[in-house]
Amino acid sequence: MSLVLDHLLSIIVLAPFAGCLLLLALPPEWKTASRVVALVSGGISLALSCVAWALYDGAKGGFQFRESYQWIPGLDIRYSLGADGISLSMLLLTGVIIVTGVFASWTLEERCKEFLTLLLFLVTGVFGVFVALDLFFLFLFYEIAVLPMYLLIGIWGTGRKEYSAMKLTLYLMLGSAFILTGILALYYLDPRRTFDMLELSGGSELAVGLQRALFFAFYLGFGVLAGIFPFHTWSPDGHASAPTAVSMLHAGVLMKLGAYGVIRTCVAMFPEVAPSLMPIVAAIAAINIVYGAFSALGQTDLKYVIAYSSVSHMGVVMLGIASLAPVGMAGAVMQMFSHGIMTGLFFALVGLVYQKAHTRDILAMGGFARRMPGIAVAFTVGGLASFGLPGTSGFVAETLVFLGTFARYPVIVAVAVTGVVITAVYVLRVVQKVFLGPLGEAWSELPDARSTEWVALVSLAALLVAVGVWPMPLVNLINHGLRTLGMEL
Amino acid sequence: MVEWIPLLPALAAALTAVLFVLRRDNGRLAAMPVIVATGASLALSVAAFQSVARFGAQIGQIEWLRIGDFSASVGFLLDGLSALMLLVVASVALLVQVFSVGYMEGDDGFARFFAYLGLFASAMLGLVLADNLLMVYICWELVGICSYLLIGFWYRNRAPANAAKKAFIVTRFGDLGLLLGIILLWSSAHTFEIAALEKLVQTDNLKPVLLSAGAFFTVVPLLVFLGAVGKSAQFPLHVWLPDAMEGPTPVSALIHAATMVAAGVFLVARLFFLFHASPTALQTVAWIGGFTAFLAATIALVQVDIKKVLAYSTISQLGYMMLGLALGGIAVGMFHLSTHAFFKALLFLAAGSVIHACHHEQCLLRMGGLHRRMPLTSWTTLAGALALAGVFPFAGFWSKDEILASALRSPALFALALAVAGMTAFYMTRLWFLAFAGEPRSEHASHARESSAWMGVPLVLLALAALAGGAINLPGSSSLTALLEPDRQAHGFAWPVAVGGLAVALAGIAVGVRLYGRDPARDAVTRLPKGLYRFLSNKWYIDDFYERGVARAAVAWGAMVAWFDRNVVDNLVNLAAWICALVGRALGSFTNGQPQFYAAVLALMAVIAAALVGLAATGALGGILP
Repeated sequence: MSLVLDHLLSIIVLAPFAGCLLLLALPPEWKTASRVVALVSGGISLALSCVAWALYDGAKGGFQFRESYQWIPGLDIRYSLGADGISLSMLLLTGVIIVTGVFASWTLEERCKEFLTLLLFLVTGVFGVFVALDLFFLFLFYEIAVLPMYLLIGIWGTGRKEYSAMKLTLYLMLGSAFILTGILALYYLDPRRTFDMLELSGGSELAVGLQRALFFAFYLGFGVLAGIFPFHTWSPDGHASAPTAVSMLHAGVLMKLGAYGVIRTCVAMFPEVAPSLMPIVAAIAAINIVYGAFSALGQTDLKYVIAYSSVSHMGVVMLGIASLAPVGMAGAVMQMFSHGIMTGLFFALVGLVYQKAHTRDILAMGGFARRMPGIAVAFTVGGLASFGLPGTSGFVAETLVFLGTFARYPVIVAVAVTGVVITAVYVLRVVQKVFLGPLGEAWSELPDARSTEWVALVSLAALLVAVGVWPMPLVNLINHGLRTLGMEL
Repeated sequence: MVEWIPLLPALAAALTAVLFVLRRDNGRLAAMPVIVATGASLALSVAAFQSVARFGAQIGQIEWLRIGDFSASVGFLLDGLSALMLLVVASVALLVQVFSVGYMEGDDGFARFFAYLGLFASAMLGLVLADNLLMVYICWELVGICSYLLIGFWYRNRAPANAAKKAFIVTRFGDLGLLLGIILLWSSAHTFEIAALEKLVQTDNLKPVLLSAGAFFTVVPLLVFLGAVGKSAQFPLHVWLPDAMEGPTPVSALIHAATMVAAGVFLVARLFFLFHASPTALQTVAWIGGFTAFLAATIALVQVDIKKVLAYSTISQLGYMMLGLALGGIAVGMFHLSTHAFFKALLFLAAGSVIHACHHEQCLLRMGGLHRRMPLTSWTTLAGALALAGVFPFAGFWSKDEILASALRSPALFALALAVAGMTAFYMTRLWFLAFAGEPRSEHASHARESSAWMGVPLVLLALAALAGGAINLPGSSSLTALLEPDRQAHGFAWPVAVGGLAVALAGIAVGVRLYGRDPARDAVTRLPKGLYRFLSNKWYIDDFYERGVARAAVAWGAMVAWFDRNVVDNLVNLAAWICALVGRALGSFTNGQPQFYAAVLALMAVIAAALVGLAATGALGGILP
């Protein structure tokens, strides 16, 4: 038992990788077995994330479950893991999304084994990023999380999949280049000569100009993955082309890697220059919110609507981060969690609708609620969370962000708040066009969700409501993370 | 105990949903959990009212969120205002639910309907009880979404789905104002609690951030009022309410006449201390209210759909309440809110009874002669109409009089209010005669039969309230003022105003009787001057402005942004990729595998190098090369 507890985070990270190796050994025709392997390995990570949440000692705070081993002594690279409140909430999110994602792709038949292998490999990287405390490993895991996407979209995608896969990969590589430059510059220019994120956090003695440059390198590098304007166009194409589970993971979790990276680098490592640069971040975030929402309003492809809504919602995250203060930052992390669950739910639903109706054109649909009431209810719950209706997690997150940032950026926030109206417009437009109104002749035989398909819908929708009604447990967890960031609570 | 008032209906709604998923039963029994729970809430509300009367205001709360020194709680503030409002909401909700058992019988969404009603009752009671602004906003949005769900209840038809969307989006514009107002208040005061805020304002201890004190105390109430304008369907955000009539009629009675739409008025009353501090804000409320009352009354004159007449009447009366609040204070506005809740719920339920009997016929021109066929509905409608018209001794007479009396302070507004009173009396007379008098003008009307007891009993009870509801605040007793504004002196009953108001109402009725009494078949208002008639029946062209102007512009703007994203932002990306590819291809052409080419390049480079060395030796390059 103590072996497990001493290596909790390693097991969370490596369980999917183990599943990955096991899958490679299975014959391709054992499809159900492959799915079970994927489910179990993802499930182990989720369960242990819950264990970590339960065991986290709030009174002590900081990074816990530490593991640290020499990796390359000459360069002081260490395999160093640890988790604070922010990491833990992201681990929980990732665990939930991978498990529901496996359920959502349960009926995928084409190269099932290879698909799940890559999916698990990707998730290994995601878990890794959220617990890495060494910049080298952070970057390594980051790349592991990003690269399988190329194959997953290129092989199992739909529509302009090759274009989308290429675009997404190149774009994220561009971001990686910035990040890598930042990491190397930090290592060689900083007298501390270390990759240790804890040592680098809390302040830097570098010249102010250099700190600014590094801030921007990390902001741009991670920001690309978080979908900041104008570097967001990979995301609608990528999400729209990707198969269901990949969209869920990508929009649900991968975009959070970007925001998480910004918190761990820009916020934690450059506290002297961050206050003067954050107004830029906030302004771009407001553009994301409003521009993304209007773009979503202009779409006719269901998946593009959801994809652009992610661009808009990630703006809320970045706006919260720009507050550099507890309430806004808590809202940002809350929004990362909330948006992850919400968009996971949305992509699961869109996948189901597409699978049953064979179209994603919302103008061609109508009246689906009559034939698929379960899907309609789940979609509506997701939509309510999307425009921040009280009683859903979206409300808690958005309200905290707006409250926490207003005094600092009144004009920017006043613009950003209009996003809640525009979001309501495009969400209700989609709900109405797809689910309400008279049912077309062509759709009289549409089925509702079936067996395993319910898992993702019910659990994700229930989570949105549960967190919205009683956010205290999650907020407490996040609070511990804020203390680690050096904020006074 | 108090916390159970909003909790019970929510639990009942959840139970209804679970039972439905398990049993798929749409029979009458499905209505029972919600009705029983709302009945219990009503009983608890009565108890709460008594306890307020005896012990004064009470507060209870639990913490909901804490981040550092930021704290938000869920709690109740039980005082005179909320206790009165609890009684109004719970009793109307209960009666409407009982009515709905009859009205919705046989509908395949019966259980869903009651689940929504339970949810609504819960959110509305929570809104009334909320002790802090965050909770106000939470419940505010929740009643909004219930309204959306119930307007669009018959979602398989296009019109209800559209109306639901319109209602939610239009009110959300108002909500934006409320949200910003709350954010501003919190940023300055660092508390959401209403009682604490009131104290801060009254002791002059609220130090505004970002704005000067003068601007702050004007902007904040105006932002809050924007929320009220949306919810209470005041000009210019009133356009959603008439469309909301697409919902089942009991919903129109409960949500879109008696309770939710009155929430805006309640909000202004709840935060009156903010408005009190700003003459500009009060003036705005008064004028928006007065103008809305007038605008909606003129439109109501020419409507032919029975529910639309009542809807515009509701908008008009809500404007009246705003006017009363702004000029006369909390008690004046809340008095009319309370009496209106009962007689307007009555009128809508009676209209529902008519519509039900006429097989969903809503056009007044195809009714007629229903008085003999549906005597109970007819008499109760008459009671409601007289109360709305403000005829002595019906409830509306007393509450309307107080508004008129307080409007005396502003001659222009007084004239406006008086004109509204006359028009109100006229259009209600027209409605009654078109529906109930004369001979049936359609097949459905001639076969109409009185509705069942499920629907009859609520009508009778509400009619009694419409008749005697004025008793809660009879002149001289001033009981409402004492309950709502203990520090304030109730102003006496203004007999000249009362007589004047009554005379105007009677005049309106007389005109109505004269025009419709003899021949209800001919709709006399069509003989108005053509331009005026068209203007009124097109609702002052305000809806057109929104639908053809604002809504299309928003959608077009969205399409434009999407185009911009696809063709400008994205093409910049493609351009970058294209440049990379070009450079790559250009460089790639050097590795073409031809030895001759490689040799030529080598030779060229050697020449260049030699030239450079030579130039450097002569010093022509300065110090560039070592």
